[in-house]
Amino acid sequence: MQAWFEKVGKMFEMAFISGDRWKLYLDGLGVTLQIAFFAAILGMVIGTVVALMKLSTRKNGKKTVWSYLAGAYIDIIRGTPSVLQLLIMWFIILKSCKNGILVAVLSFGINSGAYVAEIVRAGILAVDKGQTEAGRSLGLSKAKTMIYIVIPQAVKNVLPPIGNEFIVLLKETAIAGYVSLTDLTRAANQISSRTYEAFMPLIGAAVIYFVIIKILTILLGKLERRLRKSDNR
Amino acid sequence: MENWRGGCVRVIIVKDLHKKFEDNHVLRGVDYHVHQGEKIVIVGPSGSGKSTFLRCLNLLETPSSGEIWFDGQLITDPKVDIDKVRTHMGMVFQNFNLFNNLSIMDNIILAPTKLKLMGKEEAKEKALTLLARVGLKEKADAFPSQLSGGQKQRIAIVRSLAMNPRVMLFDEPTSALDPEMVGEVLDVMKELAESGMTMVVVTHEMGFAREVGTKVLFMDEGIIMEENTPKEFFNNPQCQRLQDFLSKVL
Repeated sequence: MQAWFEKVGKMFEMAFISGDRWKLYLDGLGVTLQIAFFAAILGMVIGTVVALMKLSTRKNGKKTVWSYLAGAYIDIIRGTPSVLQLLIMWFIILKSCKNGILVAVLSFGINSGAYVAEIVRAGILAVDKGQTEAGRSLGLSKAKTMIYIVIPQAVKNVLPPIGNEFIVLLKETAIAGYVSLTDLTRAANQISSRTYEAFMPLIGAAVIYFVIIKILTILLGKLERRLRKSDNR
Repeated sequence: MENWRGGCVRVIIVKDLHKKFEDNHVLRGVDYHVHQGEKIVIVGPSGSGKSTFLRCLNLLETPSSGEIWFDGQLITDPKVDIDKVRTHMGMVFQNFNLFNNLSIMDNIILAPTKLKLMGKEEAKEKALTLLARVGLKEKADAFPSQLSGGQKQRIAIVRSLAMNPRVMLFDEPTSALDPEMVGEVLDVMKELAESGMTMVVVTHEMGFAREVGTKVLFMDEGIIMEENTPKEFFNNPQCQRLQDFLSKVL
């Protein structure tokens, strides 16, 4: 028993303590969080704009050019692997850009935007059509009806799936290693190849992801409950 | 008597109105005039086009062809600023359609303030006056989810009135209500009628049509089949379809 504990202790020391390796995880986590945070914001902005584009109609009720463009963007992004999108961004589109984090934020943000767009679109469509009709019948323009009536109600609808999208995005950043960024996953991988011992670094990284996402889930749950409360006033 | 001063001004003129939904020809040539101060009640079987007709009047439905004039302006002209026109035409819906995210007060003052027709204080004052008129002053800070159907519909009427409309359109305002709440909404509508408001009402409430209407229209198959004063309409219906209809609903 004692021998077992000693062995585990040694593994732990090797994976986290010696050579100040814990700093590598921390740096990796920093990169992961940076990419996820800014990509999430970019994804929200793109997603909202694209959703509104896709929902736009002409006076005769037909789709606009914007609507078709938005549809094409969503199709292309959802129809290709995100690793490939990241590689294309790094090696082709932004070849001259040496800032890996920026490239990753752009790539992940554009990727997430397509999914967020569909979430936001569904959220807006879920608001009863009568709300829009009432707004329009009072003389409010399409835009004013959207801003004051539809979107505030859509926010409540989209919060749970948006939270899910954030979680997916955070984990998706684990592929950032493909463009020579040292995120949390890659840091763990590098350490395991240096110590010839995979268990501690990989399980350790998994635990860190889990804890971060658990915290995120709790925060989102709190926000959702607060928004719901205003429903039952 | 002031109500009748402009009695022969035509507020709404409808000429040869058609509406098609894909293959479904819902309105097949409707011609009608609404004079100021009139209370037009439209009855008819479901699917007759009466709601579509009403929704065409403020262009919530875009007519396929035909003309609609409001206050001397051809509003079916695509160049017309329809948002501006709609500020003069109130509409009350079957499902109330109060804004769920806003308090009752905010429901009422949203349009007047955001369209800069009134200052916030002025709009609030007006809202409270109107709320008192329908007996719901104490609900100003409530949310729609806390109200009964009858209360919601009375608030919806107030919300429209806050815009000082020239005409009020009612699209089956009592059809979604529990029977015991129909009366309170009809009372508000009656009071509104007495105040001289020009009203176009689609309803199944024959008692209301008889009592409040200045004209009653029978719509079926996308046209106005019969039009008469309430007394003649109910006591002496001309066409066979109307006789059948009345024998079922009365």
